[in-house]
Amino acid sequence: MKKAIVYINQFFGQLGGEDTAGVGPSIHEGQIGPAMAYNQELHAEVTHTIICGDNYMGSNPEDAVKQILDMLEPLEFDVFVAGPAFNAGRYGVACGTICKAVKEKFGVPVITSMNEENPGVEMFRKDVIILKGGNIASKMRKDLPAVAKVANCFLDEVPVGPADEMGYFPTGHRHQVFIDEDATSRFMKMLHARIKGEPYVSELIVPKLDRVPIAAPLKDLKSARIALLNTGGIVPVDNPDRIQSASATRWGKYDISSMDRLEGGVFKTIHAGFDPAAANADPNVIMPIDAMKALLKEGVYGSLHPYFYTTVGTGTTEKEAARMAKEIIPLLQEDHVDACIMVST
Amino acid sequence: MVKEIERVGLPIVHMCNIVPVSKTVGANRIVPTISIPYPLGDPATSKEDQWKLRYHRVKVAVEALATDIKEQTVFRV
Repeated sequence: MKKAIVYINQFFGQLGGEDTAGVGPSIHEGQIGPAMAYNQELHAEVTHTIICGDNYMGSNPEDAVKQILDMLEPLEFDVFVAGPAFNAGRYGVACGTICKAVKEKFGVPVITSMNEENPGVEMFRKDVIILKGGNIASKMRKDLPAVAKVANCFLDEVPVGPADEMGYFPTGHRHQVFIDEDATSRFMKMLHARIKGEPYVSELIVPKLDRVPIAAPLKDLKSARIALLNTGGIVPVDNPDRIQSASATRWGKYDISSMDRLEGGVFKTIHAGFDPAAANADPNVIMPIDAMKALLKEGVYGSLHPYFYTTVGTGTTEKEAARMAKEIIPLLQEDHVDACIMVST
Repeated sequence: MVKEIERVGLPIVHMCNIVPVSKTVGANRIVPTISIPYPLGDPATSKEDQWKLRYHRVKVAVEALATDIKEQTVFRV
């Protein structure tokens, strides 16, 4: 029987939640968590499960990857699967990072699954087959078999179908296929469809990349007014705006004109995506009011906008984030803010 | 959010730990931080070391706002 190895994070590896997100990689014989379901779905035996904390992989990717590749070195396996990662950003990036590294080192097929909003998609879809997954873990029952289906193509040594048919994000690879109909007829069909307003699919789809032109630098730092923002969930301890701990749709602004730093016990983080202990003890580690006030006193820049702005970045969609920014921007413009610093966790 | 703010012409620095994500999403001025739970001060180090690190990186960020760049730039810290 062929062999598979599964990569999952600390949460699905049943080590715990955010409190264990910092743990380094470990390998376990047999199947843990989703690896049990993979063992059912795959045309292979899942011989090992690798578990790594998302923060560990996020903050020490080179070290984490090296450790895992060393663990895999003595093992034989025919396919490597990771996730599904849903819309968990760090987990998605971790799955992409390790899949890419495993593919490069061992040359085995690697497959994972993420939601389209997961930043890991854009980072890795050219290197790794990433199934289009759901946004939350309850989609596991659908997402995991989709990964297995593609993996089974490799295991059964049958060709993997095209991206839209198999449900993965286009990898940018083109495969030669033979079609009976010549290019002229296909082109004329598309042209007719277009003229009649009927749907058609181009054979060369130009991807859209949303890039923002680089804003001109400040001409004079000494007179510039700067505003601070964060997606790390720093709020007054009673969270007056009731910003959600994940998948936020709300934001808040908090007056800092009369303080030199953020005090623990007065401010805290409500972000559900990491261990809050450090930021609760000293909120300046996320929203560095103390350093900004010191730089202001030294005259490094002109003035500080009297409020900082907060939302929570975990699970928050790009669409909601864009909307919240558009709501905040007029407040910055009204106060003649010249530039901003955003701290993300 | 960074992109929307930059879209109206305000220079903005993104201070974050997973720099490749920031690059992929499209921030133009990026200053790396040290971790996800404590971007600007490791609680395992002394208060003084945390302050030094935070002061330094925030200063780099402030100065990045006045730095002319031609392409997406990750500033050295």
